[in-house]
Amino acid sequence: MRDPGALETVWFALVAALWIGFFVLEGFDFGVGMVIGLRRRPLEEQRALIHTIGPVWDGNEVWLIVAGGATFAAFPGWYAALFASFYLAMLAILACLILRGVAFEFWGKGEGERWRRGWEVVLGVCSALVSFLFGLAFADILGGVPLDAHHNLRGGFGRLFTAYSVFGGVAAVLLFLAHGLLFLSLRTKGRLLAEVGAAARAAVGLLNLPAVAFLAWTALEQRHGGVKVSATALAAAAALALLAARPLLGRGAGRAFAAGAAGIALGFAALFVWLYPAALPSSAPAAHTLLLRAAAANHYALEVMTIAAAILLPVVVAYQAWSYWVFRQRLGPAGEGAALPRRLLRDGR
Amino acid sequence: MSTLDLARLQFAITTLFHFIFVPLSIGLAIWVAICQTLHHRTGKEVYWRMTLFWGRMMLLSIAVGVVTGIVQEFQFGMNWEEYSRYVGDVFGAPLALEGLAAFFLESTFVGLWMFGRERLRPGVHLATIWLTALGSVLSAYFILAANAWMQHPVGYALNHAARRAELRDVFAVLLNPLLLLAFPHTIFAALLTAGGFVLAVSAWNLLRGREVDFFGRSARLILPILLVCAVLTIGFGDGQARLLEHEQPMKMAAAEAVYKTQRGAGLSLFAVGPLTAHPRHLLTNIAIPHLESLIATLSWNGKVEGIDQAQREEERRYGPGQYMPIVGVVYWSFRIMVGAGFALLLLALAGTALLRRNRLARSRRFLRLCVAAVALPFLANWAGWIFTEVGRQPWVVFGLLRTSEARSPNVSATELVISLSVYILIYAALTVIGGRLLWKEVGHGPKPAAGAEGEGAAEEVALAY
Repeated sequence: MRDPGALETVWFALVAALWIGFFVLEGFDFGVGMVIGLRRRPLEEQRALIHTIGPVWDGNEVWLIVAGGATFAAFPGWYAALFASFYLAMLAILACLILRGVAFEFWGKGEGERWRRGWEVVLGVCSALVSFLFGLAFADILGGVPLDAHHNLRGGFGRLFTAYSVFGGVAAVLLFLAHGLLFLSLRTKGRLLAEVGAAARAAVGLLNLPAVAFLAWTALEQRHGGVKVSATALAAAAALALLAARPLLGRGAGRAFAAGAAGIALGFAALFVWLYPAALPSSAPAAHTLLLRAAAANHYALEVMTIAAAILLPVVVAYQAWSYWVFRQRLGPAGEGAALPRRLLRDGR
Repeated sequence: MSTLDLARLQFAITTLFHFIFVPLSIGLAIWVAICQTLHHRTGKEVYWRMTLFWGRMMLLSIAVGVVTGIVQEFQFGMNWEEYSRYVGDVFGAPLALEGLAAFFLESTFVGLWMFGRERLRPGVHLATIWLTALGSVLSAYFILAANAWMQHPVGYALNHAARRAELRDVFAVLLNPLLLLAFPHTIFAALLTAGGFVLAVSAWNLLRGREVDFFGRSARLILPILLVCAVLTIGFGDGQARLLEHEQPMKMAAAEAVYKTQRGAGLSLFAVGPLTAHPRHLLTNIAIPHLESLIATLSWNGKVEGIDQAQREEERRYGPGQYMPIVGVVYWSFRIMVGAGFALLLLALAGTALLRRNRLARSRRFLRLCVAAVALPFLANWAGWIFTEVGRQPWVVFGLLRTSEARSPNVSATELVISLSVYILIYAALTVIGGRLLWKEVGHGPKPAAGAEGEGAAEEVALAY
């Protein structure tokens, strides 16, 4: 197995970082979406929930777009094989992301309770389904799917569903729901905080367990060819962080959220380290595995993109962090404590 | 229908739908930024109400544009696997840059703008809408860089062993001469789109005597912008056509339905050929003598290359084959684009003249014309897109890769039919729902000025959801 060059490794790390950014950030958007969809609440409460992610969800989703674009630029062969192989799963992801994205805007522009409830359900279902599909797809990539010589999936959509991958999907749904609950514990107040705080205390410990189990399962699956110490250590750290989230809740939502976020970041980092130096492993025959080296763009293209990313990515992180700082206040239904922006918007200045 | 046709149809449908909203969003973002700047400078209430009213429409347009854009980002890998492998090295770079430099900027700052009004100082809040607009303009630049490379590949080398094109000079790609014309052409067309939209909505309300000050002011502000942008869109379009005469002679010959290379060629106004994809001659052709030569070469008897010669030259360079695009589509899409562009120019001229004589709000016939003209920029955008893409066929990357060699070999017809149906269903639903919401926004008109309504009003003014 030829090892990828240094630049290819850097880009693999960068693509991994973009995916991790996506899951850490959009993960709680998915969770909040599920919380909104799970049950009816008074209008002002649902609005406050939507407003906790309203200003940032779109920016969070761009991490996915850029992960896709970066994969295209740095590993064209990976981009081509991956999305053609996961065709129907990807279609479902795209359909959910479309419906989820417009759900926010349509919810706010329409009228009537049934209209709004409809979009709340769309938001909840699509958030859960997307989470499931990403979990499924990552498990499939890690576990390997049967590929042909062209690095395309053999045997169609059904081959994506194994016990391991379905468990990965379910774990992702629950993990992101927990992440959303912790995020809301940090961003709400009053009645809402009482509700989500209680839910977080009751459920976060349990919700994080399947993800921990999935990491353990993955560690067992990945033993062939020797134990990869770095990945195992990352996974162990991730498991610790995920298990620590619930106990830390007693010492402040901020710490619990940070632990959960760290758990997600470390967990996905472990998955990528396990994957390396492959891009798309083939379960049968193993010779059809797509390696990073074979999938990569030429040296000059990688160099150019490295310079661009080194300049642009810190700027992006800085202004996104600033936007989180701007929207750091806790939100609750209007009339409960400080006013929502809408009231102030009314009078012009 | 072959799998290739299905994949092409899917790309056409998803792209055209996406392209309704993209130019509108870019143009409206700039327009809203202008309104808010006027409010910031003058402190006049009406400009803030304009910011809110047009801003809500901008947000609706951005929302649909963003979500349909996600499909575009992944469609290359899903349906056009061979294309992705072949060009990813070059084509992926502007796409990744688009995400890094433009999408992050647009999405983050539009969130800050929507929700940040009372959290940010007024000057900073104003900056957020300008940065949103900048993000959308930059995204147009990068995606056009990618498209310009497909039209006119530069800055690459072929790696025959790997069977792909590889990036050699990123600045050549980002400064592609075609891009330097296509980018301003598209941005001014986007402003033209938003301008036509703002003018139509304003005219519609003026005709009903609603909010005369508000909509009269909107129309007065937008008309000069419309005029300037119409001239510039046409100007940069003309520049592109001149460049294409050299770079893609077949496309321009098909655009004018000129078969035989000739001197003093006439400008065809109406031509019909036999109803096949690649007719060898025309049945009817009404043309203004010498005008085509005059436009293309700036001389009365200038030589204009015809389809037959372009076919022979491409056969000589690339081997035997059919190098003619579907002439009827190219010819008519070009005519619709140019025709709609000039119609908008005339409309803007007439409006500006009425404005100077201060008769705009009373000229009902003109206002009705403005309402009807709302379709023109959208029609022109579509036609322009169809022209440039269909005109490049049979190539997907001109001279390098044919469309027939570009698709995903293992994606089945069933999968394509499923995905196409899903997109059509979702996009149809978006059209119906989005259209209804937009109509409601237009119908409701701008929100009343502060203090004009009781404090307990149920529907408060908001940009946020």
